[in-house]
Amino acid sequence: MPIDKSMNVLIVDDYKTMLRIIRNLLKQIDFNNVEEATDGVDALAKLRSNNFGLVISDWNMAPMTGLQLLQEVRADARLKATPFIMITAESKTENVVAAKAAGVSNYIVKPFNAETLRDKIEKVLGHG
Amino acid sequence: MADGMNSFVDRSPLPERLAEIRARHPSAEPDAIAEVVRAVLCTMKGDLSGTDTSLLTEVEELGRTIARAKAEIAALKVDDISAAHIPSATDELDAIVAHTAAATESILETCETLDQLGSELGSKAGAALQDATTKIYEACSFQDITGQRITKVVATLKTIDAKVAQIVAAFSGRLPEGGVTELPPDAALENGPQLPGQAMDQSDIDKLLASFD
Repeated sequence: MPIDKSMNVLIVDDYKTMLRIIRNLLKQIDFNNVEEATDGVDALAKLRSNNFGLVISDWNMAPMTGLQLLQEVRADARLKATPFIMITAESKTENVVAAKAAGVSNYIVKPFNAETLRDKIEKVLGHG
Repeated sequence: MADGMNSFVDRSPLPERLAEIRARHPSAEPDAIAEVVRAVLCTMKGDLSGTDTSLLTEVEELGRTIARAKAEIAALKVDDISAAHIPSATDELDAIVAHTAAATESILETCETLDQLGSELGSKAGAALQDATTKIYEACSFQDITGQRITKVVATLKTIDAKVAQIVAAFSGRLPEGGVTELPPDAALENGPQLPGQAMDQSDIDKLLASFD
């Protein structure tokens, strides 16, 4: 099944530069409906008031981290099936294990390249 | 403290007196210890045994060590560390983050203009231009990584500042300032970027994720 690139994508990061980079990389692979949030609380509010087909989130944010956001999403009846990719500089085994246990769809370590982003999105949405 | 010490006067032998003092003050401020040392030395009377002399030497040395530590801390001007050095260092680091963020924004803005031109060209040249901008976007993620590394250094400086404040407070009787910071439940998992070779790369992470399926 082809990927619906008109879906709404929520990108979450406390670094505005990173939001801009991800937005531009998504644009290059034809995802143009992209919304931004700067922490977990902001993201959760946006997820609950709109329909998103994909969440791409950083981990290390305050006051709500990416892991907490993922747990909230998976515990929410309406949101729990939303594909969720973590893009983070956290690259320890325990981080990947914790994210997987919380139900992450895929995990990208920073710094990443456009090919990795494209590859993971295709995997996640292909299996979604 | 001086009044309290009168109860020790003329009691012997010395080891028992010191044991009693230790029982009364299981943990004590440096000033209190110095006071005890002075009180013991000032109230010694009569003949001293070999054990008394040895203990007295230890007590004297303890007194000298405390006095030396206080003098050294005063000479170091540790207050300057909290008042000037640490704030100055963290300000410089904050300025680095702000400047790199501004420069990266400017690079990204230019890159977006080139991207727009590339899509308007729509030719082989346009595709090549987009490949180039993709590489620039990827490279610009340095600002996030360096920003997180600098944040870790700032946190380390603040920890040093707090420890220095505790040492100064212990030797001056002043209470250290500072509140309790609320940490998220997954704070232990927030370590930021690792040094090269100390953590997994993308292929390691992919293998680990695949092992769960």
